[in-house]
Amino acid sequence: MIQVPIIKETALTLMDKAAIDIPDDYLTGLQKAADTEEGDLSSFVLNAMLENYQAAKEDRRAMCADTGVPRWYVKMGNEAQISGGPVALEEALRGATAEATTGVPLRPNRVHPLWRTDHNNNVGLNAPEIEYSFEPDADWIDITTVHKGGLFGSDYRMLFPGDGIEGIKRFFLDCLVAFGKRGLACQPAIIGVGLGGSKDITMVLGKQAACLRTVGDRNPDPKVAELEMELKELGNSIGMGAMGFVGKSMVIDCHIECGFTHTGGMPMSVHAFCLSSRRAVARIHRDGRVEYRTDPNWFTPYMRRETIGWQSTTASLKQSV
Amino acid sequence: MAIDHGKLKTVSLTVPVTTEDLKDIEIGTIVYLNGVVYTAREGIYKKVLEGGEQLPAHLAEISNANFHCSPAASQNADGTFNIGAMTGTASFRFSKWLEKWFKVSGAKIIIGKGGMTSEDYKKYFVPNGAIYLTTVGYGTGALLGRGIKSIKDVHWYDELGVAQAMWMVNVENFGPFIADSDLAGNSLFERENEKVKAGIDKLYEGTRAPALRRYGETNDRGDEVI
Repeated sequence: MIQVPIIKETALTLMDKAAIDIPDDYLTGLQKAADTEEGDLSSFVLNAMLENYQAAKEDRRAMCADTGVPRWYVKMGNEAQISGGPVALEEALRGATAEATTGVPLRPNRVHPLWRTDHNNNVGLNAPEIEYSFEPDADWIDITTVHKGGLFGSDYRMLFPGDGIEGIKRFFLDCLVAFGKRGLACQPAIIGVGLGGSKDITMVLGKQAACLRTVGDRNPDPKVAELEMELKELGNSIGMGAMGFVGKSMVIDCHIECGFTHTGGMPMSVHAFCLSSRRAVARIHRDGRVEYRTDPNWFTPYMRRETIGWQSTTASLKQSV
Repeated sequence: MAIDHGKLKTVSLTVPVTTEDLKDIEIGTIVYLNGVVYTAREGIYKKVLEGGEQLPAHLAEISNANFHCSPAASQNADGTFNIGAMTGTASFRFSKWLEKWFKVSGAKIIIGKGGMTSEDYKKYFVPNGAIYLTTVGYGTGALLGRGIKSIKDVHWYDELGVAQAMWMVNVENFGPFIADSDLAGNSLFERENEKVKAGIDKLYEGTRAPALRRYGETNDRGDEVI
């Protein structure tokens, strides 16, 4: 049985880590971009960002004052049990969000869309979002927090099968150029692309592709993996770098996730996970042990299954026990 | 470790500034600020420009640098405040308030994210001898947080909350910022957009216009979304 106080404490640590420590995979990717960037202004921006991550770490202060809209992803092992159940889990995550807002401190960003009511703690109506997935043969829960900005850099479009890969490339470029100008998308970024699903899932998949996969990770479908590399290359050939200045660092990596969609359509979404790509992950074991990491490992083979059922293997469960 | 500025011109200014102080700032100049900087965005603009409330007395003599931003801040149990980081927010959406704001506030420097249009610069900034500085990145929140030495004052905190209150902060070596505009109203972002535009047609070769268009959609890739 996983105890809720441990979940709350872990969630607080995750908020802190996400806000302050840039994940290694992104940092390495950005360093590589900084090494090869030739535009003088873009180079300056990348150097300033690298210095900023260092300052955040040294001073233990948030790397970006725009907290974005902090949110949670929970992956529950099929055998995991939580004292108090999912309701207690949600209260712990909402509580940690509020406490970390004053503790780190983070900017309280969340307000009512019409009345602008601000609870000053990033908690409110439908906020923070908590998304769930499940994992067979496991008794742990994985908790991920992502602090992602929310105003620019994402878009949706209904494409059709006849639009083809050429149409996908066009919409990809449209998003990057439109939001890349003046650096509204806070590039260079990890770009997530959602293809297929129903309209809402198209957006969800694209966002998860941007926020929950690490730099260098490739889609297991070799043709999709190839398209990921092609889009990354395409984005970096726009001639635009950080802040929309002349340069070549626009995309640190590109991740695509697909979902079965309406036979007549090919909906597509594009999401940019900004220069401050804040994510932190923890696995809480049944015995209360907690392990921290930065790779959410969200898209497991089970998540990407195409079949009705799932063939269980007991290997991972045995390891965990 | 200091940031490598390459060959970029770097200037340090003391706020309040005079228009004279700004004459050597070119678009693309790296700027650091000392003195007092205050935040004001839609919450303050509405209150003062639409609601007719009074700004703090002698504002322009204390500071004439208006930062479009909100800090990552919290209130301590004793009522004092703690600011960790500071990051700009996109300025284009505040354009409609600027003409009045310059008159009321006496601002000479506007700081924010992403600049404004050169049309805005020529209409509102140039007549007031003001320039626009953009934050860098845009996530150098920790570096800007370091540059804040103390909180001088907080106005309208109870009514507007952390994000929209007017924070007045004492700063030292506060930056870096990049000058997007100069006293003539030129824009660095627009200059860079023009350069990028030169390669856009070639970039789009081999792509296909979607079967379903969007109402009112343009295909001019030189257009901006702001």
